[in-house]
Amino acid sequence: MKISGAEAVIRCLLAEGVDLLYGYPGGAIMPVYDELYKFQDQLHHVLVRHEQGATHAAQGYARATGKVGVAIATSGPGATNLITGIADAQIDSTPMVCITGQVGKHLLGSDAFQETDIIGISTPVTKWNYQVTEASEIPEIIAKAFYIARSGRPGPVLIDITKNAQFDQLEFSYEKCTGIRSYTPVPKLKLDKVAEAAALINSAKKPFIVFGQGIILGKAEAEFKALLEKSGIPAAWTILGLSALPTDHPLNVGMLGMHGNYGPNLLTNECDVLIAFGMRFDDRVTGNLNTYAKQAKVIHFEIDPAEIDKNVKTEIAVLGDVKEALTALLPLIEAKSHDLWHNKFKELKEIEYDSVIKEELNPTNNKGISMGETIEMINKHSKGDAIIVSDVGQHQMFACRYAKFNSTKSNITSGGLGTMGFALPAAIGAKMGKPDREVVAIIGDGGFQMNIQELGTIFQTKVPVKIVILNNEFLGMVRQWQELFFDNRYASTKMINPNFVAIAEGYYIKSKKVTQREDLDAAVAEMLASKDSYFLEVMVEKENNVFPMIPTGACVSEIRLS
Amino acid sequence: MENRTFTISVYSENNVGLLNRISGIFLKRHINILSLNVSESEIESVSRFIIVVETTEKWVKNIVGQIEKQIEVIKAFYHTDEETIYLENALFKIASSLLFDEKQIQNIIKDSQSTIVTVSRDFFVISKSGRRSEIEDLYTKFKPYGIMQFVRSGRISVSKEKMEISTMLETFK
Ligand SMILES: Cc1ncc(C[n+]2csc(CCOP(=O)(O)OP(=O)(O)O)c2C)c(N)n1
Repeated sequence: MKISGAEAVIRCLLAEGVDLLYGYPGGAIMPVYDELYKFQDQLHHVLVRHEQGATHAAQGYARATGKVGVAIATSGPGATNLITGIADAQIDSTPMVCITGQVGKHLLGSDAFQETDIIGISTPVTKWNYQVTEASEIPEIIAKAFYIARSGRPGPVLIDITKNAQFDQLEFSYEKCTGIRSYTPVPKLKLDKVAEAAALINSAKKPFIVFGQGIILGKAEAEFKALLEKSGIPAAWTILGLSALPTDHPLNVGMLGMHGNYGPNLLTNECDVLIAFGMRFDDRVTGNLNTYAKQAKVIHFEIDPAEIDKNVKTEIAVLGDVKEALTALLPLIEAKSHDLWHNKFKELKEIEYDSVIKEELNPTNNKGISMGETIEMINKHSKGDAIIVSDVGQHQMFACRYAKFNSTKSNITSGGLGTMGFALPAAIGAKMGKPDREVVAIIGDGGFQMNIQELGTIFQTKVPVKIVILNNEFLGMVRQWQELFFDNRYASTKMINPNFVAIAEGYYIKSKKVTQREDLDAAVAEMLASKDSYFLEVMVEKENNVFPMIPTGACVSEIRLS
Repeated sequence: MENRTFTISVYSENNVGLLNRISGIFLKRHINILSLNVSESEIESVSRFIIVVETTEKWVKNIVGQIEKQIEVIKAFYHTDEETIYLENALFKIASSLLFDEKQIQNIIKDSQSTIVTVSRDFFVISKSGRRSEIEDLYTKFKPYGIMQFVRSGRISVSKEKMEISTMLETFK
């Protein structure tokens, strides 16, 4: 059967199980859009308001569902607008396929209208990319794109398709890609390594587990929980590992890193065996590497060989699929409780509670509403069942520190890149991917204005996301650094904000603004009860700081409570 | 850890754009590529990159890990000078008149075991294969007479130990 390249693109997407994609049309991708019009019953295209929004929405969709997110754009400025989301997906290992239109093959390299070397530009931030210049290449390349995006350590792939390839005819047949000879997505698990790891874990007096998104990406939540419960080892999460283990699990001792919890950070430098699962020892987690867990023997369970010894020297590296590794490990682990050691975490948690958390969750002496108590209010009404999508800044740290999660894939945030403007479009994607879940976006007044235009997408699609703006009239996180490390010199961090409620109402989104503590409870309840999208602005204390904190480059045990 | 010279060998699919990806890995870490050579390898349709860098073992290991991660890369290795047999190639273009006027030039050519590639009325071309030091030595000897053009290739090398590429490729089948 002969069809056009553009139709082939759609048929390939359908064959890969795609039913939803985000994008923005333009000259170089028009043949594909014309086909989308034809296939609209099977393939739902969401018109975002900016291509960056398309990538973040695709990311939100992917992170909430575990499926590949798809974004599509025209050449030139359309393509370059995708780059921030692609970079974000790359560093946070999010499976995404981006398709861009390109000028015709005969025009390539001629500085044609809206031509840009998107392959060159996207190379450092994609797992793989490819420029298609012939219609006949389309099925094979799209099959490869999906295979690469979702296999092994997932990541973003960009396929650039010239306009002639979209118009030209090809003989269509589709075969899913199942392997590429130069690519080993999952290293083969070595059982002797698992046995070595088990022996070391069994001999440990003060073992400590740190886990990242690898548990979620490897669908190993149940095996991981079983390991914890059998071994009795306390475990702490990286920001992307959050929600892999229920917040209230007794062995969950909290968050690692710069604004993480006191106990896990301090005790990293006291444990004798540090067991890392699917995490990459990011500098926000480790602080100064010269003083990080030097006393501990490190075991690293990881899918990506390039992460082994990259930052932290390991004693035992167990490469491979984490679910498989945990399954092999579990029977070799001795049942223990490690109560004395676990109690140390509890003691430090109490110290942190008394000096930081209590005041944040129940502010006294006439202070304004705190970000912490707002998150607590959302917990109270959502009962830990919501998907929380946070933007970047202080509110993100508060959300990640205090939001409660009962189930996996519920925390969606921009970790490695720290992209302001992420949350609003990512929440759209998460809600579309998981329509049965409550999705609450928590965003600062700064980050909200970075992709505020996506309110238009919410309005047009009627996707019922809940948006909470924590408005401190500052670029709060930067202001905090200015206060602590730059002598209170608030250079360009004060924000004079517009009437956000009027803007949201301009998009016909139900809205409320809360300035008094006594109104917060009812407002959050109303928001969560709403069947439609809802915009809630909470005026919070202007100059609150997020503590604990490990200053950049300091050692994890130098964590400050104030 | 001290800096040393390492030869990185990359076996890859012959795809457009891969060079960009690989050079980006060095760029990101501010590591200068001392020499780069790309050619076909002993396996049909598989390319081989030979990249020479001066850095620490920790970095070269890290870089090789990142290179191997690239989808089209089949396998990457690194070796020290002691673990490889390596060569560079150089061409010298020199005025023909010197060949007849300066008797010494002929001795230099003979002693250096270089070969005359071509002789024309105006110039002749000498090719020399060898280690960097041998080529540099020859360069200093010719220099006083005047060199019209000089060019040196990237390093090519083979490892003393086996690199199990063919068996790796077979397991894919
Ligand atoms: C695109 C982008 N630009 C700049 C930054 C640097 N940055 C990190 S946090 C922050 C302030 C965020 O302010 P706001 O959104 O109001 O949130 P708050 O910290 O007040 O909660 C800035 C500017 C960033 N992370 N992303």
